[in-house]
Amino acid sequence: MNGAEKPIDPEKEKRKIKSVGRMKDIMTHYYIEAKTADQTGKKVAWITSGGPVEPLIAMDVIPVYPENHGAMIGAAKMGVDLCEKAEAMGYAGDLCAYARADIACATVDGGPIGGLPRPDMLVCCNNICGTVLKWYEVQARYFKVPLFILDTPFSHTEYTREAHAYVRTQLDEYIAFLETQCQKKFDHDRLAEVGRLSMAGQRLWQQVLDTTVHRPAPMSAFDAFFHLALIVTLRGTQTVVDYYTELLDEMKTRVATGIAAVPDERYRLLWDNLPVWFRTRWLSDKFAAHSACLVADTYTSSWCGTLTYLDDSDFLGSMAQGYSRVYINIGTDQMADMVVDMVEKYSADGLVMHSNRSCKPYSLGQYDIQRIVQQKCGIPTLVIEADMIDARNFSESQITTRIDAFMEVLTGA
Amino acid sequence: MEAIQRLKDSCADSKAYARRWKETTGGRVIGTLCSYAPEELILAGGALALRIVGGSGSISKADAHLQTYSCSLVRGALDDALNGELDFLDGAIFPHTCDSIQRLSDIWRMNAKTGFHLDVVLPVKLNTQSARDYMTAVMRKARTDLEGVLEQTITDEDLQTAVDTVNGIRSAMQRLYKLRDDRPGAIAGSDLHAIVRASMVMDRNDFLSSLALVVDTLERKPEPGSTAAKRIFLSGGVCNLPDIYGVIESAGGAVVGDDLCTGSRGLTGLVDTGGDPMDAIADRYARRAICPAKHAGITSRGDDLVRLAKASRAQGVIFLFLKFCDPHAFDYPYLKSMLDAEGIPSLLVELEAQTASQGQFRTRCEAFMEML
Ligand code: SF4
Ligand code: SF4
Repeated sequence: MNGAEKPIDPEKEKRKIKSVGRMKDIMTHYYIEAKTADQTGKKVAWITSGGPVEPLIAMDVIPVYPENHGAMIGAAKMGVDLCEKAEAMGYAGDLCAYARADIACATVDGGPIGGLPRPDMLVCCNNICGTVLKWYEVQARYFKVPLFILDTPFSHTEYTREAHAYVRTQLDEYIAFLETQCQKKFDHDRLAEVGRLSMAGQRLWQQVLDTTVHRPAPMSAFDAFFHLALIVTLRGTQTVVDYYTELLDEMKTRVATGIAAVPDERYRLLWDNLPVWFRTRWLSDKFAAHSACLVADTYTSSWCGTLTYLDDSDFLGSMAQGYSRVYINIGTDQMADMVVDMVEKYSADGLVMHSNRSCKPYSLGQYDIQRIVQQKCGIPTLVIEADMIDARNFSESQITTRIDAFMEVLTGA
Repeated sequence: MEAIQRLKDSCADSKAYARRWKETTGGRVIGTLCSYAPEELILAGGALALRIVGGSGSISKADAHLQTYSCSLVRGALDDALNGELDFLDGAIFPHTCDSIQRLSDIWRMNAKTGFHLDVVLPVKLNTQSARDYMTAVMRKARTDLEGVLEQTITDEDLQTAVDTVNGIRSAMQRLYKLRDDRPGAIAGSDLHAIVRASMVMDRNDFLSSLALVVDTLERKPEPGSTAAKRIFLSGGVCNLPDIYGVIESAGGAVVGDDLCTGSRGLTGLVDTGGDPMDAIADRYARRAICPAKHAGITSRGDDLVRLAKASRAQGVIFLFLKFCDPHAFDYPYLKSMLDAEGIPSLLVELEAQTASQGQFRTRCEAFMEML
């Protein structure tokens, strides 16, 4: 059916977020630029989603995110096929599906965009997990390119002086690494500027997410999953600042005119962990059918969660803390406190936790967080067993039953 | 041999041993969760380091805290802790290793009643100067933290004495490993496994004297060993199943070397003496054979494996991993292909700590030996 024949539902049309198109354009343009880097002479660095991208931007290196690509693979429902390929290569099926998909994709240039551009260097920051270390080692062997590891010690209960000194030193090593790879001097003034833009982008992203404190929420976590791509991939550029300024305006207008993400929003839920990329629409509809809106989540807010540690006037100096103290590099009890704060901030009536088979550092500990939230907030909670892109770990009937039962509790039906 | 039997008996039940030790000596027992736990510091503090390598039975209480996709070591250990089986501990030390142990530490701290809780957040990479400086700083902090929880000072002399003991153990173990390599079968695989287990449980000074006796006896009175058996090298993580050795041996193999976490890996590298003991201890932890959760170069583990397997003239390598163990599972394909390139065949065995399906393992082992 083409557009002309499609009956237009004006209600639905009104609720569509208009900035989506522009976002798609930006991402398309970004991937084209990345994929043609060999023709333009620009260098490409693959970097982990939690890694410090600002020095790359300051050096005119194009950052490429295998995890963002992993999300695209998931959304395109190509995860299972690539994961199976990795398993045939000898990688266990229990490993992170982003890693499996990426490792396989690199060898066949598969996926929705025909593979990622070849990296000139790899930048791995373990502030999200130990998996990325192993994954980037695999890619460093495969592509035979230099690997820089930014080791950000885990803060179980404290961010230690020792860890701070170590990370701070490594940031200088990172810069030296880039100078070697790019064969040019690092421009510290440029980094300061990129840092300011990065923080501006993060503040705007936080403001966008904060618009959902309004009832009804102008957007949902499912929208946030989509609009997240820019703060992850192009943080530190003017493009991001401009885009989120526009998105924020749109959200403000929606709040002013009462346009809701979920019509007749009656229940407000908080989501924990990565999205189930191959089922975002299905899940969104499922909850909306119960008049429930996922108003916030712990995942998309991770890319602006350490603003308090960052300093506009000394970005490089403050990066060590900003990057070490991200959401999943801290103790489970601290994470629970943050979830409790979010429940309060967004007036959530319930918590939905995605127990993500792929992601151990995010998922182990969830049961304890669940208990703490129940105790402190007295709200119902639900755990869904699934996976971010490996659809073999998703049982539709089981999850339907669980969501329905959960909503019954919530609505007191 | 009698000396081995005594060693085996004394710590067949490691928890019972530690409890007894505590009663008779009045000393303190500290549970450790990984081979990177700073043994020397614990010993210098007069305490007994008890390595926890899994649980004692089926899982009951841990399921409320850990998903089923965490490895059996992590789940088993937590289960024991929550069931009160480790209540005799005065504390627990969690070195930073894999993502699962990282979260286990949090869950343990929040729920278990095993005394004080110390995280030793080691560097993940070990091959740069700044990482080594951090290693030293972390070890110094661990010393101060230990002094705090034990309420006593750990002097440099205490450290030196502890280093001597631990170095003694590591050298004697090297001799034992060499002996096995020279004369496979001179000591049964399960006996060596029991000795390694004892090295992580027993009072270290007692252990050292028993060990010395064993090694001396073996070196003096050489048992013939078997020449017909296929020389097998074991590679992998935590192996807590003594029966594995029996299976390998009855299938016609003899284990001649290993890089297991519950094997040679924690026993490599001596602490230098003569200089500052803290620097020397940290240096040894940075230099020892690495765990796959750490980084010392993109092929460092593969290079080591090939070197060790060749040095021990292994005819085949058996990989032993726990299911859901990410660090090992990520390394397996490249380790295998590096062995392939050297013409060394290998077999992968995924273990569930308590329930290795022995029948299947036996069949696969036999087929593997036949192929060699
Ligand atoms: S999904 Fe989890 S395990 Fe995988 S790369 Fe991301 S943080 Fe690491
Ligand atoms: S076996 Fe693997 S997953 Fe389990 S604790 Fe050890 S390194 Fe971690």
